[in-house]
Amino acid sequence: MLAKRIIPCLDVKDGVVVKGVQFRNHEIVGDIVTLAKHYADTGADELVFYDISASADNKRVSKDWVSKIASCINIPFAVAGGIRTIEDAAEILANGADKISINSPALADPNLITKLADRFGVQCIVVGIDSYYDKTTDSYLVKQFTGNEHKTVTTKWQTLDWVATVQKLGAGEIVLNMMNQDGMKNGYDLVQLAKVRAICHVPLIASGGAGNMQHFYDAFTIGKVEGALAASVFHKGEIAIGDLKNYLIERGVCIRD
Amino acid sequence: MKLAIIDTKACNLNSVYQALKRLDCDIITSSNEKELVQADKYILPGVGSAQAVMHGIENFHLQEFICNTKKDLLGICLGMQIQAKESLEVPLNSDVTNIACLNIIDACVQKIDSKEQALPHMGWNQISFSDNNPLFANISPNAFFYFVHSYCIAVNPYTIATCNYGMDFSAAINKDNFYGVQFHPEKSGLNGHKLLENFIKL
Repeated sequence: MLAKRIIPCLDVKDGVVVKGVQFRNHEIVGDIVTLAKHYADTGADELVFYDISASADNKRVSKDWVSKIASCINIPFAVAGGIRTIEDAAEILANGADKISINSPALADPNLITKLADRFGVQCIVVGIDSYYDKTTDSYLVKQFTGNEHKTVTTKWQTLDWVATVQKLGAGEIVLNMMNQDGMKNGYDLVQLAKVRAICHVPLIASGGAGNMQHFYDAFTIGKVEGALAASVFHKGEIAIGDLKNYLIERGVCIRD
Repeated sequence: MKLAIIDTKACNLNSVYQALKRLDCDIITSSNEKELVQADKYILPGVGSAQAVMHGIENFHLQEFICNTKKDLLGICLGMQIQAKESLEVPLNSDVTNIACLNIIDACVQKIDSKEQALPHMGWNQISFSDNNPLFANISPNAFFYFVHSYCIAVNPYTIATCNYGMDFSAAINKDNFYGVQFHPEKSGLNGHKLLENFIKL
């Protein structure tokens, strides 16, 4: 049986791992390679490295650390951040990343998703979606350039329409960053997950809001996602991955032991 | 032991290279037949599309060389799939109906019938193997390996391990000196490490 995935996300800014609350006020968490190795050794099923400064600052994610990560871990990892062309993607994949994740550039040029999928296969192409619940209109809206607070904009896209569109264009996986929950540790937005799951036929990864083990259990069993992504609960040592996996296995979730 | 990674310029060589390096192998990476013939064993990696990998093989005139080698060759993911006769994995928005492959094993690459589960089949899944193929020496039954694919080779006479995702499909194949694994041993933690070690020891 296919195991549910536990995915620590390492937000990278200027070459170090950082974490902010609701995408702001970034604080340094640690060295990329040290943290990558730590998570691989303690049972993470996959890692995501998200260069949150890249798109907003109009520069590409530097590739030397991608190669360093590939040399020290033997689990899959995805790299996100400012990948705009086939050449950008080719270089990162050739350096040992398994997947590339695109977010802002896909909003700027949706056809980029198709170009990348045709060249590398849909399984390599993750689309990250920063979704914001707007109370006044009771709607889920897609945000762009969330790596930099001053450059963040609300797009014309409703989240569900964008989820449907990126699948048609060739997305092989969707990471749904539920921005209202990010860093709040109140649990994933299960209402939003259910709406997205209903129309999402590629693997869906929940992101934003994990605070305790029950939140992961709920995302897998109620949200029916393939993977759950979290950062601060792992980085701050509040949840050890081994403990989390045992907790989920005891409750009948299929997890790689 | 000199191992060669056959480079079709279809990406993701570094992770394979690093995994083999952890096994203390003498490794070369090449698209050149004259260099490749000097190696003892071959790894044929594949991430990308069937068309991109087959283009790479055509561009470097490697088809005849690969098909005729008597040395052990391990195809990974697409590197396994292109050992089939043909693949139904065609580019989006294209009129092509199939991609001709190496025709080493008499099988066709088809889309996984995942029975409404998400596709691609992505993540850690368990494999079953019953016979004593040395490729799986010292690996526990039902071990987890890392898979990323939407297409597969159905179970056939050359299947040596199976996996299930809506349907049973080949997790590994073997015909004479040709081996293939659908999963990514280079990304499958300790189990993957053991499998690569087993291939080197064959």
